[in-house]
Amino acid sequence: MKITQLSVFLENKPGRLQEILRILAGASINLQTLTIAEVTDFGILRLIVDRPDDAYQALKAEHVTCSRTEVLAVALDDSPGALYRLMEAFSKRELNVEYMYAYANPAQASSIMIFRFDNLDAAQTALLEEGIQLVPRSEIHDK
Amino acid sequence: MFNPESESMPVPKLKELQLERLKWSVRHAYENNAVYQRKFDAAGFHPDQLKTLDDLRRVPFLTKHEMREASPFGLFATPMKDVVRVHSSSGTTGNATVVGYTRNDIDTWATLIARCLSACGATEEDLVQVAYGYGLFTGGLGLHYGVEKLGATAVPISGGNTDRQLMLIRDYGTTMLACTPSYAINMIDFAAKQMPDFDFRKTKLRRGIFGAEPWTEAMRKEIETRMGIEAFDIYGLSEVMGPGVSNECSAKQGLHVFEDHFLVEIIDPETGEVLPEGSTGEIVYTSLTKEACPVIRYRSRDITRTYRDVCSCGRTHIKMDKVTGRSDDMLIIRGVNVFPSQIETILMEIEGVEPHYQIIVDRKGTMDDIEVMVEVEEAIFSDELKVMNALRDRITNRFRSVLGISAKVTLAEPSSIARSQGKAQRVIDKRR
Ligand SMILES: [Zn+2]
Repeated sequence: MKITQLSVFLENKPGRLQEILRILAGASINLQTLTIAEVTDFGILRLIVDRPDDAYQALKAEHVTCSRTEVLAVALDDSPGALYRLMEAFSKRELNVEYMYAYANPAQASSIMIFRFDNLDAAQTALLEEGIQLVPRSEIHDK
Repeated sequence: MFNPESESMPVPKLKELQLERLKWSVRHAYENNAVYQRKFDAAGFHPDQLKTLDDLRRVPFLTKHEMREASPFGLFATPMKDVVRVHSSSGTTGNATVVGYTRNDIDTWATLIARCLSACGATEEDLVQVAYGYGLFTGGLGLHYGVEKLGATAVPISGGNTDRQLMLIRDYGTTMLACTPSYAINMIDFAAKQMPDFDFRKTKLRRGIFGAEPWTEAMRKEIETRMGIEAFDIYGLSEVMGPGVSNECSAKQGLHVFEDHFLVEIIDPETGEVLPEGSTGEIVYTSLTKEACPVIRYRSRDITRTYRDVCSCGRTHIKMDKVTGRSDDMLIIRGVNVFPSQIETILMEIEGVEPHYQIIVDRKGTMDDIEVMVEVEEAIFSDELKVMNALRDRITNRFRSVLGISAKVTLAEPSSIARSQGKAQRVIDKRR
């Protein structure tokens, strides 16, 4: 049920993001979503792609520092307060969110949020017990 | 004293012994190694011409470069069947140099380390935690064999794993610590931050033997006060043998060079001229008993002074000042001497891997500015900003406490540090 996210170390200088996208395009990787967390001189690019292992190998081959991180993808129903109720469930279970971001999913009415927890296994178990719907790998990754 | 007869031998007798051994060593190198033979022949020198210690001046120097050229085994003077171990220098400024040891060499080395430990006050009652890296580096195994030779107890924990180091100090009742001085400070910092109930002063730790990198009196003071121990300097170079070429004694004023095994000269690094005893210059080593890898007039690039005094410890062997640095790579930043090797050691301890880094020195107005770019490899990469920020802060703090200067630390992509012929240029000094 876990989703594989690619995390890439980037210096904050012009052209670096384009360079990463060029490498991924060269390997015919389809980008689902990306987000950047940054401080003044460096940033961390987080990517969800269709073939994470291939993308990882392609970046490694170009000496890009990257790692694969497991995250959880949660489908939010299209109703007021959906995210709020989700966060409530997390805090009730004392699940600590390291970071989160939205997953662009224009084809569907519901939206998807990506979550990284400090204890991912516990989070997964807890979410299932709460009856919260996790997006399966097959919907995001090719394999 | 571990070998009182040798260590307190009257100087004239010591010089007699040196001459006798020098003759053997020079002949051994000439007759059993092609590189030495070629060098001596080219300089018009033959071992038969060596009649006095001063005749050594007729022998050509051996440079670091020549040692690297001969690497891995080109300077061995015994068949491989007699070589029981090899070690390698860290190779921070080029290719590593490989050195070999016969069974006798290993025994000599262990004996010299036992002398060092004994000079720090250790006895067979001591429990010595060897926190130098075990492996190709000479520190770990060198100290280990010396501890056993002394008859003390070795705790072969190797480097790293700081929380475990501290637990063993506490639980085993370690009495003596052997590691790099910067790692000792790292332990102190770690204990202060992560283990608030750990108090060095409540442990049995009494002394430490620290070496493998240049360190200052300020660092000694810090280690001694915060660990509640006596800290001694051990010195050596893997090319010459490894740690144990010289060591401080109870007087803590200069390091006695074990003259029955090494002959030292001080030369002017520019002209190569031999300077009188008491002068400061580049120290040159000649091994007197080494079998596998004799070094004859090896130019260490280390700057120091040698002198003879009547030492309170009773040893007669010549003293050298604490080596504060190499002649060829020292940087002076805001009046503070900084060596790339120190920066490398700090990064190695923090990252647990051999780091790629670059030091950029510049002058802004009248102020020297130092920036250290550290490549982020996957091993130290975290996808959380706070973890990366904490890493940068940790490196910055270590530079401040160990080097005494504040440096700007920049985390860089592996591609951003330019390499020439596959090797990174470690220092860019824009002030020149
Ligand atoms: Zn002494």
